[in-house]
Amino acid sequence: MDTIERHAPASASMYKGAGIYRYDDFDREFLRERVAEFRAQVARRLAGELTEDEFKPLRLMNGLYLQLHAYMLRCAIPYGVMSADQLRQFAHVARTFDRGYGHFTTRQNIQFNWIALEDAPDAIAALAEADLHAIQTSGNCIRNVTTDEFAGAAADETVDPRVYAEIIRQWSTLHPEFSFLPRKFKIAITGAPGDRAALQIHDIGLTAKRDAQGRIGFEVWVGGGLGRTPILGFRIRDWVPEDALIAYLEAILRTYNALGGRENIHKARIKILVRDVGQARFAELVEQEFATLPREKFRLDPAIVAAIEAHFTPPPFAAVPDAAAALAGAVAADAEFAAWVGRNTHAHREPGYICAVISLKPIGGVPGDCTAAQMDAIANLAEQFSFGEIRVSHVQNLVLPHVRQDRLHALWQALRPLGLATANVGLLSDIIACPGLDYCSLASARAIPVAQRIAERFADLRTQHDIGTVFINISGCINACAHHHVGHIGILGVDKKGEEFYQITLGGSASNDAALGDIVGPAYAYDDVVDAVETILRTYLAVRSPGEAFIETYRRTGLAPFREALHAAA
Amino acid sequence: MPLLDGGHVVEDPWVLVPDDAPFPADAPALVTLKRLPEARRPGRRLGVLLGPASRAEDVAAALPDLSLIAVEFPKFRDGRGFSLARTLRERHGFTGEIRAVGHILPDQYRFLLRCGVSTVALPEGADPAPWQAALGRFGVAYQPAAAEEAPLDHLRRRLAAP
Repeated sequence: MDTIERHAPASASMYKGAGIYRYDDFDREFLRERVAEFRAQVARRLAGELTEDEFKPLRLMNGLYLQLHAYMLRCAIPYGVMSADQLRQFAHVARTFDRGYGHFTTRQNIQFNWIALEDAPDAIAALAEADLHAIQTSGNCIRNVTTDEFAGAAADETVDPRVYAEIIRQWSTLHPEFSFLPRKFKIAITGAPGDRAALQIHDIGLTAKRDAQGRIGFEVWVGGGLGRTPILGFRIRDWVPEDALIAYLEAILRTYNALGGRENIHKARIKILVRDVGQARFAELVEQEFATLPREKFRLDPAIVAAIEAHFTPPPFAAVPDAAAALAGAVAADAEFAAWVGRNTHAHREPGYICAVISLKPIGGVPGDCTAAQMDAIANLAEQFSFGEIRVSHVQNLVLPHVRQDRLHALWQALRPLGLATANVGLLSDIIACPGLDYCSLASARAIPVAQRIAERFADLRTQHDIGTVFINISGCINACAHHHVGHIGILGVDKKGEEFYQITLGGSASNDAALGDIVGPAYAYDDVVDAVETILRTYLAVRSPGEAFIETYRRTGLAPFREALHAAA
Repeated sequence: MPLLDGGHVVEDPWVLVPDDAPFPADAPALVTLKRLPEARRPGRRLGVLLGPASRAEDVAAALPDLSLIAVEFPKFRDGRGFSLARTLRERHGFTGEIRAVGHILPDQYRFLLRCGVSTVALPEGADPAPWQAALGRFGVAYQPAAAEEAPLDHLRRRLAAP
């Protein structure tokens, strides 16, 4: 294949209508420099000038992991927002450098699982053609900032978090002081009272909000994280004014960089530092640092916010009347469409518009996987129905954020032949699963086939709709990439003398009512875990009060009825 | 050991004084934190070697007597020295030489300079070429640094040419 084709540039009209951050010459100059640096680093590694130990953190900061069978390239989708042309470029990378598919992750990124080291610089160069990159998607640095998948569209939003997410992205990119932290560092931000970004399981969680005068500021949570020591973050400050945001983040990061553990990789996250020194003392240390920082240097001037904001163009919404009545008619006429609308849409703040979720969880499929052909098709639909804009949700689905209500039925009909119209968002088959032992060198057990078998056990969507909202999260090891601690039903794969076993927790949540799940009892063998999940769900159906969701029932009853049923079934 | 200053190898006039050795009569003395109190004397050019767990506060009182602060990086992955250098510059206004010593990669050179480090001690026989290449690799950056740069706004800036 010749190099021109491998570097096929994305079309010039890359951002038509999409409400995403538009690169300028400065941003592109930076990306070119970064690609050149990475190309040179790979060459030094291949020539033996860098040891694997030295190369590892460098490649990780460019998203390149070494997995069980091959290198994996994790590409950033900053705060989960991309244009149709950018999605097409991911499809191009999937076809050219991988095996024709990609995997969307819980951190709103996309992973390619079969990349050759020699090809990685070309793959990254191809991404740069579409203003995409893999910077800081892994490594002990500040990772891709995540946010609410309905940002800038949701009816309940008070501040659009994307502008601040972009500011944090830029500020944290190749930060000279914070690129060799004790451990990875994840920041999530939301601008709505309903937490759709799982703030309390992040190293820093930010809620953008307004005070009585309408000024913007941030509530700051710190010290959350899952892994082998799951801890929910605590609220370190109720209010940081907009112009002090960067200074306050610097103060937290500097405190962590100086004092975080560096001896033991499992005790190096900020959550451990907070736990060890105590929340009050940690807050005091951050305030001391904050008070002595050169504040003027770090002041986030309103002019900067406005300049970044100018890189976003609001989608050209048409002045259309609310079409709820027409939509209700279409819903009444078609039960299947009704089921999809009921699960796969979210209220939009513009009259006449709605957000549509494309489930990447077909029954029996691999959660989050998407073929190059599907990516191209979704890109086309985004242009037809959503101003060329696509989002990735932290539960591994895609979103068309701005769909006219009167065209929703047409969109649904277009999604069906593509296998992308599964009406299961928030249902038991909308499972978050990590790659597990099928791909990952850290895994203790498989996760993907467990997800597939659970979905197949309840393949009849009517049963799933009857059970209603329940979040199932399956991690293949204690690193908890699938956030099993905060699943309503959490499943953790463990290795027992070479055999795969699964520990089940109940009652976790990653939302405003964040909670860590309770362990239900002894772990189940691979062959028995799906039966156990079915017993849990049947028990819920038997004991629920009318209108009570799974998590509500669990909070009312506790573990007892579920334990009894599991014991009786054993 | 070769000393890197602005991408070039320069003469190192400093002598590292072991804890059990006398101070040199006529050479600038680089001492450990432990010996700093007894080493302070009017007219003597003095430097201190700080271990990775040191904080800027440990030497704050002695800064007027110090011409050099050497910051140790035990392993290139250990980034505490970046914060230490920056704090010395920004909080304590230290204007003398800050030197990075230990295990450091050329890929970190820009970061070091932007955190206020002035020189890097290279292992004996090290090739300065990759360090010079690293210096010219990036012309732009996205955040304020300890060093003076040409800000385009408060986030973006153009880096000085090497």
